[in-house]
Amino acid sequence: MSLATTPTTAVDSAEPRPRRRGYGRYVLSKVAGAVGSLLFMLVVSFFLFRVLPGDPARTLGRGRFTNPEQIEEFNRTYGLNESLPRQFLTYLQNTFSGDLGISLKYRVPVSDLLLDRMWPTLLLVGTSTILATVIGVWLGIRGAWNRGSTFDKASTGASLTLYSMPEWWLGLLLIAVFAVGWGPIPGIFPTGGLHSTDVDPSSLAGVLDTAWHLTLPVITLTLAYLADYALIMRSSLLDELGEDYLTTARAKGLRDIVVRNRHAVPNALLPTTTVIALSMGFIVSGAITVETVFSIPGLGLLGVEALEVPDYWVLQGTFLVAAAGVILANLAANLLYGILDPRVRT
Amino acid sequence: MPDLLTMRDVSVTYRTEGGDVPAVRGVDLALSRGEIVGLAGESGCGKSTLASTILRLQPPSATVTGQVLFEGEDVLTMSWGDLRALRWAGASMVFQGALHSLNPVRRIGDQIAEPIRVHSPETPDREVEARVGELLEQVGLPPTRARAYPHQLSGGQRQRVMIAMALACRPRLIVADEPTTALDVMVQAQVLDVLSALVHELGVGMLMISHDLSVLADLCDRIVVMYGGRVVETGPAEGVFGGALHPYAGALSAAFPRVGDPRARFAPSGLPGDPPDPAQLPPGCAFAPRCPRAIEECTRAVPELRSFGADRSAACIRVAS
Amino acid sequence: MSAAGGDGGGGALRPPATLSARQLARRRRRDALGRNWRIFRGNRSGLLGLAILASFVLVAIAAPLLASPEGLDVTKATGGVLEPPSSEYWLGTDDQGRSVLTLLIWGARISLFVGLAATLISMVIGTLVGLTSGYFGGWAGGALFRVTEWFLAIPFLPFAIVLATVLGRSLLNIIIVIGVTSWPSTALLIRSQTLSIKERPYLERARVLGAGRWHQMSRHVLPNLMPMVFANTTLTVAIAILTETTLSFLGLGDPTRVSWGSMLDDAFAVGAITTGAWWFIVPPGVCVVLVVLAFTLIGQALEEVLNPRLKDR
Repeated sequence: MSLATTPTTAVDSAEPRPRRRGYGRYVLSKVAGAVGSLLFMLVVSFFLFRVLPGDPARTLGRGRFTNPEQIEEFNRTYGLNESLPRQFLTYLQNTFSGDLGISLKYRVPVSDLLLDRMWPTLLLVGTSTILATVIGVWLGIRGAWNRGSTFDKASTGASLTLYSMPEWWLGLLLIAVFAVGWGPIPGIFPTGGLHSTDVDPSSLAGVLDTAWHLTLPVITLTLAYLADYALIMRSSLLDELGEDYLTTARAKGLRDIVVRNRHAVPNALLPTTTVIALSMGFIVSGAITVETVFSIPGLGLLGVEALEVPDYWVLQGTFLVAAAGVILANLAANLLYGILDPRVRT
Repeated sequence: MPDLLTMRDVSVTYRTEGGDVPAVRGVDLALSRGEIVGLAGESGCGKSTLASTILRLQPPSATVTGQVLFEGEDVLTMSWGDLRALRWAGASMVFQGALHSLNPVRRIGDQIAEPIRVHSPETPDREVEARVGELLEQVGLPPTRARAYPHQLSGGQRQRVMIAMALACRPRLIVADEPTTALDVMVQAQVLDVLSALVHELGVGMLMISHDLSVLADLCDRIVVMYGGRVVETGPAEGVFGGALHPYAGALSAAFPRVGDPRARFAPSGLPGDPPDPAQLPPGCAFAPRCPRAIEECTRAVPELRSFGADRSAACIRVAS
Repeated sequence: MSAAGGDGGGGALRPPATLSARQLARRRRRDALGRNWRIFRGNRSGLLGLAILASFVLVAIAAPLLASPEGLDVTKATGGVLEPPSSEYWLGTDDQGRSVLTLLIWGARISLFVGLAATLISMVIGTLVGLTSGYFGGWAGGALFRVTEWFLAIPFLPFAIVLATVLGRSLLNIIIVIGVTSWPSTALLIRSQTLSIKERPYLERARVLGAGRWHQMSRHVLPNLMPMVFANTTLTVAIAILTETTLSFLGLGDPTRVSWGSMLDDAFAVGAITTGAWWFIVPPGVCVVLVVLAFTLIGQALEEVLNPRLKDR
């Protein structure tokens, strides 16, 4: 008894460790990882665009240059006649100062193009990701909680099918049915683009018009993304359902729905967060193809159009932006994970 | 008649792919207000399954028959609303392996406060906090630890948190399912001290489950020994531990010497063979295949529990009346 | 498959003493295979996947018997432009007057071949990197792990697009592109598995008995990894086929060969959607979905066999 009533060890009486310090260290390591990834991405991009093509002037220009002066001019502009390390330094300098070259097709700085085309992509991808996360997580929770029910079987089957489907093909089908019209279904949605030509995009009518244009693409991307999230959420919640702390919660007299929402779901969201973070690259893929199919003037379409020229600097610019976006989104998800899970903080 | 808990002819059967598995077969058990009863037996003998029926926490694949009366009301048939009101406020549990029994992502203070908030929702926040601090102090932890997460505590501290949590709503009964199994010996002793002191002090009834008969003999008023899903012996703690009637209870006492080498506990002396598989119970007495005193007659019929004196019974035909 | 299923008792008649250690090990592995096949057979969706896949593989192998390769030649096309399905052209014709069914049958070859070949590359790189970084640890293992993580952070499709553009458009290049961009997740999986196998007691025993690193790796680590690699392979094939379809759709495929992706690219380019030529759009997509679904279902069933904890799902 005497052992028990007095605090026994030093650990017992110690104050809980200050939270910020643990989280600070975690943040630092994750930021360092992201910086490493960003640098690696720059190196990869350098090799992809300057070393692999062999003679960049010939490959990059591809028949564009008719006389040696033009080639010389091209090489000087991009520092291509200097040594490789020297080129790398110039490349780093240019990239960090926002100089990503001049588009061969549009004849404007690539950075201007990227800034201009970023908003439609962010709007499309942001809306779809949020919708997909909410719906996917909800489907996963419902499926796992009533495992084996008709709802579970239907949603798992639908998720697996959507997961196996190229998202742009789904987009094509939706266009064919809801934009062109099929049988008795009238084609009420626009087949593509972001605005109608006759509406001012900044007016209320213009905003509604944009929303109208984005409906089908957002549905396509939401369906494509949510399959993954629903499957992951379902399986991580199923993992949690066998855990003892849920029995404790039930023994405490909590309603089943409270046991689920307050105890099981927060724990199941942790692995789901990690998977969503890792699926950022998949989100980018969806943006590229769906923008192509619906002709939405975003970064994805910019990149795909640059393929045909081929407009190397635009390709490089979109590659860098996409990679940086994924790395930063990944970092954000990791930091969120740290807030959600106390175990990584200490 | 015992006024707190009465279990009558309780049987639990698990439905599995390989057929029905009887885990508990017709157990009677009674517990009075403030009494401490020990439930002993090897793993797989059905003791944890039996305990889970007290709060109707058995898994969905289990069918329970018989009666589990808590203060005269049958837990097995009461409405979900009544059952929720009974859970934790009437009877609470201390689970084994507190690391898994506590939610890893919530502060322990919140987890201790949770049943208070559920059962008395009108309690002001400040009062709940004060109560949590008081409970932590009762189990020998500083109230500031309420802000800690389970992974920041040691095994012994976590188990104390479980005890504090079990006391939160001032229950009349605590079911402690192997509360110290996962701990090392020194910590085990500390946790048991805390538990028994509080239970005595607060006059709470307790059903304590363990495979270690010596621990039960120290803490409990009465001991119930289970084997193969049935009660094989029951009686006052000292009587069962010191002078067991049933050969299995005797072997169990010998296997856990009160003072001794903890390494000996996993090599029970005088107990050859393995505990029976509930899916394939032998005919007659389940213990017969391992019993040194078994005769042919033991394998014919399941022995009934017979009285030996006022508060003593055993299920063995080899014990002379 | 049935050979594996009916196995297990084959060598049992011989007295055990005549079996060498290697024979014993082989028999044990064969028994395990039989056991696993029995578990797999109990998984209905896995069997469905296997059936779908088997029929596509049959079609791909028997392509020359089912449809003449001349049907792929634009100059020898006999049908009209985008003709709807008829008794002559069961799935209609494409914009060049070729039978869509013929294109589908021959496309199965390319899609499956690219998927499998790319997966092979991805598996070899992923297994080597994962095994090395997990098994050897230390400075080099850590560095390899970092590089893997960095690669994983680079978005897959932009990377593949850029690589395909730089390398040029050919069947071999598209295989290389998919293989080279899809290995990091495999490497991470193999690494974590290797780390856990490394801790197992029998490896410690082998170490104590003086087994060299190469012996440990080839005799103990790799055989234990193989089932995991196999399950992961089927899931990777699914992704590789999807990627091939997408890259071809974006016009990065081999221009001289017909795949399901290139059919969809053609269909999109000639406006089959607005003209309502559904027979040019729906069948290739359905084929992709079926094959990818088949690989996914098989992969999931295999994971379940290997990790019984997942069985309740």
